[in-house]
Amino acid sequence: MCGRMRRKGDGTVTGVRICEYGAGNTLSVEVALRRLGADVAVTSEPADVLAADLAVLPGVGSAASAMAGLEARGLAGALRERVAAGRPTLGICLGLQLALEQSEEDGGVAGLGLLPGRAVRLREGRVPRIGWAPVEPGGEAFYFAHSYAAETSAATARSEGIVAEARLGSFVGVQFHPEKSGAAGARYLERVVREAG
Amino acid sequence: MPLPRLIPCLDVAAGRVVKGVRFEGLRDVGDAVELGAAYSDAGADELVFLDIKATLEERASLVQLVRRVAERLAIPFTVGGGVRAVDDAAALLDAGADKVSVNSAALDRPELIAELAGRLGSQAVVVAIDVSAGEVYSHAGTRPTGREVTAWALEAEQRGAGEVLLTSIDADGTREGYDLPVTRAVAAAVTIPVIASGGAGTAAHVAEALGVAQAALLASILHENPARLVSLREELAALGVPLRDAA
Repeated sequence: MCGRMRRKGDGTVTGVRICEYGAGNTLSVEVALRRLGADVAVTSEPADVLAADLAVLPGVGSAASAMAGLEARGLAGALRERVAAGRPTLGICLGLQLALEQSEEDGGVAGLGLLPGRAVRLREGRVPRIGWAPVEPGGEAFYFAHSYAAETSAATARSEGIVAEARLGSFVGVQFHPEKSGAAGARYLERVVREAG
Repeated sequence: MPLPRLIPCLDVAAGRVVKGVRFEGLRDVGDAVELGAAYSDAGADELVFLDIKATLEERASLVQLVRRVAERLAIPFTVGGGVRAVDDAAALLDAGADKVSVNSAALDRPELIAELAGRLGSQAVVVAIDVSAGEVYSHAGTRPTGREVTAWALEAEQRGAGEVLLTSIDADGTREGYDLPVTRAVAAAVTIPVIASGGAGTAAHVAEALGVAQAALLASILHENPARLVSLREELAALGVPLRDAA
């Protein structure tokens, strides 16, 4: 753990809140953000998610159970409200797919609608698509592990043609796992935290 | 397709890396987290931690190890050994593992694969298959199952496996090269990624395997020596294998 906390302009530490909604493993995201010196906590309280400098929506698992978990805890509304208010929000992997209008997973699931478009099953190559792949622009390799991908007009980066990052307003979603992408991933997260601070 | 992956495999017991011949005369060769971190620094794309004792008492120390690894490392890792139920696997993922691998437990009760995939997602489920002369063996390669390897690999995929880790018992430890025919046959039978394992002695062997499979497991070729991974990556690059820039 590196000792220095990340200070914002007013001298306080950037507060990052990771949404806990029953989708498992939040530890790696938590550890990666803490390494950057952010004040990190995992929460399922909508008020905490609303108030954070940066909210993070991680996620592995299926779209239907994840959306149900977000709705049951009031987190879906909190995420929509903070993005509408222009507050920085990061979705990772399934977190990107949940941000879309809909997903074709589990027979069709309505998403958060933070981004236009939908999540579709990968139809080429070996699925799940697992491994490190270059992301353009930039060309750096990040780690992916997914069977569905975003189709969206808000795409800002691609990997082998697949949407790797999408942005709209204060929301940014990534298909790769920055918390598992070594030095490149740490640099990516640092940029997101800096933009939020 | 993503880039070919190099995956060092660490045999662990009680949080330590151990070495032994046929699981006899185990020798402690270091701390699992430290060796894992050194491999990560040397450019490993992923790691596999294989609990070779996998007893009930060992379970708690394995979860502790996983947590320590997750706190230290920022690359994906798989944990195998002793996963017999969904709750075992969920505890490992909650502690920070990305995937679990199952072998004998899936052969004993194939429904386990679907249960794991349903709870954790297919991307978190690796089915490890030990093969000799085309037949699948269970219990660390000691018991023939009567199952033909490509049929079992396909069944594992259909039940929800996200990857196959294929170890050739015949090639394992020989350092004479991966068993390319069986690896090629399994890769052709399934549409999920295949990790080749067993037999690597040289960079050329690893390059051959990566021409057939999506990843190569590295065990005895590394000799618990992260510097060997650095030189291996250089040799593979010289052979034209596209690896990620790990800087």
